[in-house]
Amino acid sequence: MKLVYFAWVRERIGLSDETVTLPADVKTVTDLLTWLKGRGENYEAAMERPEIIRVAINQEHADHSTPLPPHGEIALFPPMTGG
Amino acid sequence: MASACEPLVRVQADDFDLATETRRLTARRRDVGAVVSFTGLCRDENGRLEALELEHYPGMAEAEIIRIANQATTRWPLTGLTVIHRFGKIAPGDNIVLVVAASSHRRAAFEAADFLMDFLKSRAPFWKKEHVRGSAKTGWVEANDKDLEDLKRWED
Repeated sequence: MKLVYFAWVRERIGLSDETVTLPADVKTVTDLLTWLKGRGENYEAAMERPEIIRVAINQEHADHSTPLPPHGEIALFPPMTGG
Repeated sequence: MASACEPLVRVQADDFDLATETRRLTARRRDVGAVVSFTGLCRDENGRLEALELEHYPGMAEAEIIRIANQATTRWPLTGLTVIHRFGKIAPGDNIVLVVAASSHRRAAFEAADFLMDFLKSRAPFWKKEHVRGSAKTGWVEANDKDLEDLKRWED
């Protein structure tokens, strides 16, 4: 699965994207955020408040209860501040 | 009702020109009775800011603005709609975003432009980082609860 990160999520993790193999029990967006949080200090800092992290699956907004697709691109980012 | 117009959406580092974009929606047409435009500019926050840096999610930024713009064209009878959002480093006084809505009647144009901006603020994947004048300090602009409140105005 390709993960892409933006704004302070990207800065705290220290990567703009990575390809990961998800454990079988990581089934939803919430599972993914919890799993990422356990991958090290940088991830823990980025996922400090997982409830505020926004997620897009294949470039469409998805809420935290959404099941993960078998493949594609999952983006994690802070609430948007454009406009 | 005539079929919805095709919105023009651009996400670019370069500046835009309001007159050019307005002309594009009115030239050689006789059915346009109203053009409403909104331009968002970079403020210096009373001299505090050196620049704003806008990060975006390439691909999704365009796709999301197109989704929002298409919603506007089905909700209001527009004759044309243009949305341009810049990314990269933007100095105080410079343009950030442009919405131009054209319609036969003014209310549709006003409302569509207002709707577009409310949805862009909270749904389009752009993030602003502040560069503070005379310092290496930067900080991400925090999302504003008011922007989310504004979205609720458009619920039926």
